[in-house]
Amino acid sequence: MASATPRAALLVLADGRFPAGGHAHSGGAEAAVGAGRITGASTLEDFCRGRLHTTGQVSSALAAAAALGADPVLLDEAADARTPSPALRSAARRLGRQLMRAARGTWPSAELDALAGRFPKGAHQPVVLGLTARAAGLGPADAAYCAAYESVSGPATATVRLLGLDPFDATRVLARLAPELDRVADRAVEAARRVADEGSDALPAASAPLLETDAEAHATWPVRLFAS
Amino acid sequence: MDGVNTAGVRAVARIRARSDGRGGTCLPVLESDGPLALRRSRGSGAEARVVLVGAMSGPLGGDRFAVRTEVEEGARLRVGSAAATLALPGQNKGGARYDVRITVADGAELHWLPEQLISARGSELRVTTRVDLAARARLVLREEQVLGRAGEHPGTLAGRLTVRIAGRVVLDQELACGPGAPGGWDGPAVLAGHRAVGQLVVVRPEFADAPVGPRRLGDGAAVLPLAGPAVLVTAVAPDALRLRRLLDEGLSSLG
Repeated sequence: MASATPRAALLVLADGRFPAGGHAHSGGAEAAVGAGRITGASTLEDFCRGRLHTTGQVSSALAAAAALGADPVLLDEAADARTPSPALRSAARRLGRQLMRAARGTWPSAELDALAGRFPKGAHQPVVLGLTARAAGLGPADAAYCAAYESVSGPATATVRLLGLDPFDATRVLARLAPELDRVADRAVEAARRVADEGSDALPAASAPLLETDAEAHATWPVRLFAS
Repeated sequence: MDGVNTAGVRAVARIRARSDGRGGTCLPVLESDGPLALRRSRGSGAEARVVLVGAMSGPLGGDRFAVRTEVEEGARLRVGSAAATLALPGQNKGGARYDVRITVADGAELHWLPEQLISARGSELRVTTRVDLAARARLVLREEQVLGRAGEHPGTLAGRLTVRIAGRVVLDQELACGPGAPGGWDGPAVLAGHRAVGQLVVVRPEFADAPVGPRRLGDGAAVLPLAGPAVLVTAVAPDALRLRRLLDEGLSSLG
């Protein structure tokens, strides 16, 4: 069966070396290590699982909806409402701006240009991610997987640096989460498909209180390895 | 009509608050329904007060409770409850629902300050709170969830709180915990073993011109200015008492 979808573009977009600045962020892991909540592989796994089903689920659905062509301004507003922490909103926009730069250089698109013009300081990263996937000819499931995976790969990699965790342990955490990543991406696409009829209320809004409060504490640290 | 064996209790209580034209607030609608009993209590100044006195015995599995509140232009209303609401397992299959719908008009103010919701072992409850505010409306709204009675495992609890100002959504937060909730809810990213979690939303038109800054209230609690003229005080705590203290501290820090 011939496929019109260029899947290899997914590898380019999902590559940790894609120059979108994600390596400077720990996805809340640095704050959680500082608070004594992540101490090793087992608590890292609990942390990643919680983040995947909250922030990860929301990001995944936002990205899928943007990839499907939903209004990115509406999605950006939905992302704001789902991110009460100002530190996290500002990190998401900074990451969005950096991804936008890389995306426009890689897959030039009028839709990306329009979004960059509308949000000169950056739109929320998952919205930019979804639109980037669209520009690369990828579909909503691809965007959903990228966002869901990023929600856990960031903290896992950061914890290797923060705690000197064995990289094999960190990678095993990610592999163990794979079945749940599948479910999160599936649910994200399902919700994203309802946005056209139901608006952004159809998007999940799962929250993680400690990610929000720890992010505010982290933002006040005088010295830190990661931006968020 | 629903058969008693297949469905629980359905109850919709209604409140409408209106300015009485003499600087006070009257309640042209104050409708109790089944286990949801509303009582007017002594107000102060321009404010009317309502106490929800029912609901302590439920909601049980299969029950569907709703409270609808409208605060009309210029009215001031304070709603509280006489005791904590206890979600219990019922004889009916399926979860219970508790839906709160609130609208507040321009120049009106609502203080929605019920006692805690306690999720008892074996219970299954979905709570939704939707608040629609006009551009010049004011709000203080508190929600507190306690996961299990003392030393008890919690039931399954899912909540969603959505706040709109002039049609624009400024806060949309879901929290799911207990058996069957997505994994990691009790882990280091979400609740980290805390058994009390709460949200307090404050909306004031003047925040648009004089925004407040974020503020930490200790480990697991913070004052978070939202993208709009609204602030969320969010907190997790070991128990209901300490949670209430954190939310009160957050509210008073706003002046």
